[in-house]
Amino acid sequence: MNEWPLWEVFIRSQQGLAHKHVGSLHAPDAAMAINNARDVYTRRNEGISIWVVKSTDITASSPDAKGPLFEPADSKVYRHPTFYKIPDEVGPI
Amino acid sequence: MGQVSDTAPVDAQALFEYLLRLGDNDLILGHRLSEWCGHAPVLEEELALSNIALDLIGQAQLWLELAGEVETSFQGSGRNADQLAYRRDVAEFRNLLLVEQPNGNFADTMARQFYFDLWHYLLLEQLSTSHKPQIAAIAGKSVKEVRYHLERSSDWVIRLGDGTELSHQRMQQALDEFWIFTGELFMTDAVDQTLLTAGIGADIAGLRQPWREQLEAVLAEAGLVMPQADWSRRGGKQGTHSEHLGYLLAEMQFLQRAYPDARW
Repeated sequence: MNEWPLWEVFIRSQQGLAHKHVGSLHAPDAAMAINNARDVYTRRNEGISIWVVKSTDITASSPDAKGPLFEPADSKVYRHPTFYKIPDEVGPI
Repeated sequence: MGQVSDTAPVDAQALFEYLLRLGDNDLILGHRLSEWCGHAPVLEEELALSNIALDLIGQAQLWLELAGEVETSFQGSGRNADQLAYRRDVAEFRNLLLVEQPNGNFADTMARQFYFDLWHYLLLEQLSTSHKPQIAAIAGKSVKEVRYHLERSSDWVIRLGDGTELSHQRMQQALDEFWIFTGELFMTDAVDQTLLTAGIGADIAGLRQPWREQLEAVLAEAGLVMPQADWSRRGGKQGTHSEHLGYLLAEMQFLQRAYPDARW
């Protein structure tokens, strides 16, 4: 049965603006992947929108490249907007 | 749910009977589907079948609760949904023969489900405009669930019919096998007539035409042939059941029979 391809499921929650990855499942095609996602991942009212994408269509960064990809950002604290004074009138952001 | 005394002109006993039919169809089919739990071909389908089973059992609870209220109105005391579900014997059940038939293989389950979902959807659509507010409310809530059930079962009929040689053959065989139980879906008796005249019940005989049309459309897409048979098994909704219902009830009712009023 597991000739069915694997799909990654993304759900947009009631409050959320973005679709979030929630897990994966098997289905013969996209339409059934949506139905299955509904039954597997939205049983408790979690979502208002579903995306599915074939797992093989996702290109991931290599774990080995973690160093060169992400470490350079460590020493660039000035990229965080923490050095600005927020005027009182602006209120909480 | 509100009081039922506002129903006045309709015969309360007929209404009780009618509600049992609605509730028992859901309860028995819900139980049948739950038998797939742990046995479905893939995890995803298992969850889907269990979801549908739970939808149906939830609907059964609403119908039977209302039936109990109606029973109180003409008997002074009525049973609650649990008592109706777990303490009645075979001959007191009012479900259609179709829904009590064993699961068979996956195509059998889908054929049974598709025949039922299509009918159930058309029925609930009508009942959602019932003159009796409680019925309209339950039907209105249920029809949304059943629309999804129908989408799923018709999707499977098309996939299996239009799939491999083996899946096509199994699907056709399943549709042919359950066909003799479909006539009962549209048979009416005095209870149906009473409720229809009162504006409370649905035009059950009138569902045959749209049911057949939608069935034909799905079968055509699936490359399947319309089953033929000029006779029908009947009697479920009057309490004359096939031998299968007794075994189903023995399992479903065991706990309440062995330990009456047991609580979770």
